[in-house]
Amino acid sequence: MHPVVKLVAQRLALGLLLLLGSSAMIFGLTEALPGDAAQAVLGQSATPESLANLREEMGLNRPALTRYFDWLGGIVQGDLGIAMTNKKDIAESIGNRLGNTIFLAFWAALISVPLAIFLGLLAVRYRDRWPDKLISAITLTTISIPEFLIGYVLVYFIAVKLGWFSALAMVNDSMTLGQKLYNIALPVMVLTMVVLAHMMRMTRAAILNVMQSAYVETAELKGLSTFNVIFKHAFPNAIAPIVNVVMLNLAYLVVGVVVVEVVFVYPGMGQYLVDHVTKRDVPVVLACGVIFAAVYIGLNILADIVSILANPRLRHPK
Amino acid sequence: MDDKLEYLKKRVSAGKMSRREFVGRAGALGVSAAAANAMSTAAMAESHATPVRGGSLKIGCSGGESSNSLDPALVASEVPLNVLRHWGDTIMGVSASGDLVPRLAESVESSADAKTWHFNIRKGVEFSNGKTMTPEDVVATIERHSDEAATSGALGIVKGIQNMKISGDTVSIELDTPNADFPYLIADYHLVVQPNGGKDDPLAGIGTGAYTVEINEPGVRHAFKRNPNDWDGANRGWVDESEVIVINDATARTAALQSGQVHMINRVDPKIAGLLARAPGLSVQNVSGRGHYVFIMHIDTAPFDNNDLRMALKYGINRQEMVDKILRGYGGVGNDLPINASYPLFDDSIPQREYDPEKAAEYYKKSGHDGSPIILRTADGAFPGAVDAAQLFQQSAAAAGIPLEIKREPNDGYWSEVWNKQPFCASYWGGRPVQDQMYSTAYLSTADWNDTRFKRDDFDALLNQAKAELDQTKRKALYSQMAHILRDEGGLICPMFNDFIDAVSDKVGGYAPNPNGELMNSYAGVECWLNA
Repeated sequence: MHPVVKLVAQRLALGLLLLLGSSAMIFGLTEALPGDAAQAVLGQSATPESLANLREEMGLNRPALTRYFDWLGGIVQGDLGIAMTNKKDIAESIGNRLGNTIFLAFWAALISVPLAIFLGLLAVRYRDRWPDKLISAITLTTISIPEFLIGYVLVYFIAVKLGWFSALAMVNDSMTLGQKLYNIALPVMVLTMVVLAHMMRMTRAAILNVMQSAYVETAELKGLSTFNVIFKHAFPNAIAPIVNVVMLNLAYLVVGVVVVEVVFVYPGMGQYLVDHVTKRDVPVVLACGVIFAAVYIGLNILADIVSILANPRLRHPK
Repeated sequence: MDDKLEYLKKRVSAGKMSRREFVGRAGALGVSAAAANAMSTAAMAESHATPVRGGSLKIGCSGGESSNSLDPALVASEVPLNVLRHWGDTIMGVSASGDLVPRLAESVESSADAKTWHFNIRKGVEFSNGKTMTPEDVVATIERHSDEAATSGALGIVKGIQNMKISGDTVSIELDTPNADFPYLIADYHLVVQPNGGKDDPLAGIGTGAYTVEINEPGVRHAFKRNPNDWDGANRGWVDESEVIVINDATARTAALQSGQVHMINRVDPKIAGLLARAPGLSVQNVSGRGHYVFIMHIDTAPFDNNDLRMALKYGINRQEMVDKILRGYGGVGNDLPINASYPLFDDSIPQREYDPEKAAEYYKKSGHDGSPIILRTADGAFPGAVDAAQLFQQSAAAAGIPLEIKREPNDGYWSEVWNKQPFCASYWGGRPVQDQMYSTAYLSTADWNDTRFKRDDFDALLNQAKAELDQTKRKALYSQMAHILRDEGGLICPMFNDFIDAVSDKVGGYAPNPNGELMNSYAGVECWLNA
């Protein structure tokens, strides 16, 4: 077997194990939280008898382990189950929400990744001169400000005062792509600002590191232009760390944007998950948790594979 | 200048500015007296304008979760309640002035002992699925909510029903004990009439309302279309399409209104209500309601089993300061009662309890408390500003030498782990339409939610006597007696009643504040229209 195929298989198997482990952990943690779904649904209006009724109906009377393995059996067959609280089919609800989350993440990534890499290259080209310092200053500022604050500031100036974009990032199936893009403009801007610095700094550092090597000096001595040196000789050898940090940020764009979703009232996965955690709706929490874990693990595997393929020494081991 | 003039007009139409003042101030903006006079007349008339049909109304609403369902029995927060009001009707309703309004019942009569109630059900009303609504559907609805398994929020109301009979168009309901307020109770929002009572499919969202459910995305949005066969279409259902958008974040809600993406919002933060009112194109509408922010003591648990200590704490809280600082003036002071002047038959001669550190110190000394700190539990989720309110309470009590220790609890799980479990904590009560229901819900010995453990036979006896009393003067006297007992011996410290604060775009017509609840008792989507 080709070593790369073997490696990918290994990683995938490990990823599945990790998923299993994380599902058990999420289940355990939701069990450890005070109260259960019945109590959370009834809230202040809970009475002992209504609690008992609802627990019976939700199947909360069964032991925790039975419930976990029932759920596991279902998910292996692709059945995510039904939400305890509103009896909606989880797969259907999540499908919608996950689609929205990925839509937002995709556009944010499409803008932020090339921009970050370009700015990183630019910063290397003009190292320690004003463009480098300016780029660093701006991106470090935007990453240091909490994202909800950037969100509110943009909403106030761009949506309320200027009326250029929509304050609510509502998207639904009846909208055209143009309308959707118009509506998500502000959250995409915020997310871009938040993830830009991390990727830009890593690009800059990785390339600068390579720039010290002898072959870059050779290239310079050959008389190549600085940009050619960076782009053709330094960049390919700096890809591994850059891809790693890009994947981390992509994962963040999918799993970590609940605050931005709240500020812009975006119907994504984060808000969906938080609502169901407060209601202790374990099947939904598990389903979301597993999807998030899968995204995270998947993107990391992808990063590993890309960095291996980008490195001839790993690609052709002795 | 236009903005300023608009603002002045708004003040006039809201009754906050006199015509004379308006003419004077408009004059300062260069408007002639005659023109200003005409404007003020127009502005005053605007609030009584005739409804306009058509358009698409959008409400930005807090209080919705992705776990909400269409089952009326499970409605417990503002967004699902708004949804319910769009597609369904109750048998009776309660008007903004607190009067009974017949809805799916045309009229109601009672037996002389207030034990049996006869509801004459309206004829020719159709459900949105085309089926005719019958008295059988009414009975089935009540039956479903009486079923323990339905876990209905109205279970407590319908539990006391012993027997239901249908004769012709009349549904007769026999209660186990007399209740003069029964028609008010049956107006409870959970008791929306569904085909066959919703026994076949409680989640169908089929009712007799002004709108039909088109899109139901819990936690995101709910969209409705006008029901062309609405039996009450002459009085409601003005816009073609109505939409409730879930916006739980207060800042996002305000921004959505200001940028014109929604026409009205609920729960304006009192901190910004004053600022928002100055923004162009909208008005802030507040109405004093029956909801109250409270601190509750379990009177069967030491040290709160000592009435002197309870009195010390009641005198040690500065109610006015809380209204000023926590509610920013958008509310009224409480009097250690769950009842205020918004209720029918309220006795306003009960003296207002004031902050009195000397009296508090006196009672504290008399109570013989050992001086150890008294633990008060609070969380932001108990009511908005509950943590700050607890700190104000701590300060004012400290001035009387009473040590309070604040224990901050997580929001998550507060209602299941702290409220009704810990002996002293911050809490919130939404009001009830009538005094009887409020007292029966939380102050009757046998009440499930007796969160102060107030168990008094004499109080229960008075409550039952008042229930059966159809003579309003006598009832008022009984309620007054009960209020005195609760105020002087109960475990409730009630510093304030909060206002409902909505903000409404000037494009909206027909908005009228309703003390029964926010967003016109959640009828805003059904009863408002969009000015052309």
